[in-house]
Amino acid sequence: MSRNAKINTLLLLVVAALAVLPLALGLGDHKEEPFTGADAQAETAITELKPDYEPWFSPLYEPPSGEVESALFALQAALGAGVLAYYFGLRRGRRQGEARALAAAEGTGGAADAADVGPAAARGTGAAG
Amino acid sequence: MHIAEGYLPPAHAAAWAVASAPFVVHGVRALTREVRSNPESTLLLGASGAFTFVLSALKIPSVTGSCSHPTGTGLGAILFRPPIMAVLGTITLLFQALLLAHGGLTTLGANVFSMAIVGPWAGFGTYWLLRRFGAPLMVAVFFGAFAADLSTYCVTSVQLALAFPDPGTGFAGALAKFGSIFALTQIPLAVSEGLLTVLVMRLLTQSSKGELLRLGVLSKVTGKDKGAGRAGASGEEKEAAAR
Repeated sequence: MSRNAKINTLLLLVVAALAVLPLALGLGDHKEEPFTGADAQAETAITELKPDYEPWFSPLYEPPSGEVESALFALQAALGAGVLAYYFGLRRGRRQGEARALAAAEGTGGAADAADVGPAAARGTGAAG
Repeated sequence: MHIAEGYLPPAHAAAWAVASAPFVVHGVRALTREVRSNPESTLLLGASGAFTFVLSALKIPSVTGSCSHPTGTGLGAILFRPPIMAVLGTITLLFQALLLAHGGLTTLGANVFSMAIVGPWAGFGTYWLLRRFGAPLMVAVFFGAFAADLSTYCVTSVQLALAFPDPGTGFAGALAKFGSIFALTQIPLAVSEGLLTVLVMRLLTQSSKGELLRLGVLSKVTGKDKGAGRAGASGEEKEAAAR
């Protein structure tokens, strides 16, 4: 792994650790319902502060079950991840194409040059991954 | 985690909507101007919006024993400035309010104010100041994204404390209460968001050097880390790109 890839992997590992540690250390054990959403807790806090408060509007559409809701959240994440992946894939392809075109334009022996670009591009992608 | 539908009294909901509206309108104009003058930036704009989509869909456990989600607005604010992020953030909030019953239409103004206006401005301001004082790019990006994330939830706490002051201790008591629910939970998530934003920015410096130069995130002199004044640099780069 290149130094770049190592740093990127390390960043992802730290993020994963930050998410897993609260679960592993049982930081939610003191609660009746561990790891509920902060927004639900805020709703509870509001009813404590102002017991007679009634929400005066309800969502136009509410996912009928937890499953449907998680599906929609997954859809949101998938849409975002898809667009991000498209962006980086397109960029990488363009860069490789440019490198190849450059090599072809410079090279007199085109075939040999194209073969040269292969490993160079692979090194580049190793750095990007 | 945004303020749920119907959980702000009508007067507060209306006031926050009025406060947010000019920022979003200004943002829409900034966005159309950007797309018109730099059509090639559409892709990166899409990627910035997509980053917000992904991050605000991830509900992550935190040290307080509850869950919340990052906002992802720091990246776009650093790349394209806060006004444009006001639009992208509002789109994300609308999606969640309409389809997921997360946040809401009546609280949209308040949630836009925290996530799509204050967050991006705090993030961009932190980033800009750090760069001004010569901090390395990635350090500034980390703290910018961290500030964007955390400030969003501090504003949410203030908004709720204003609407529901504690009967005994008033605004301060309620702020402490909502702060412990939102802001404290958010600290580790803000660290995560900072790290993820650094990761994406690292990938961008490898794949999109030209774009970052044009946007003034990277400066022309060294091709990377020298913190030239962003405002001046981006103007010059636009001209350079036009030629």
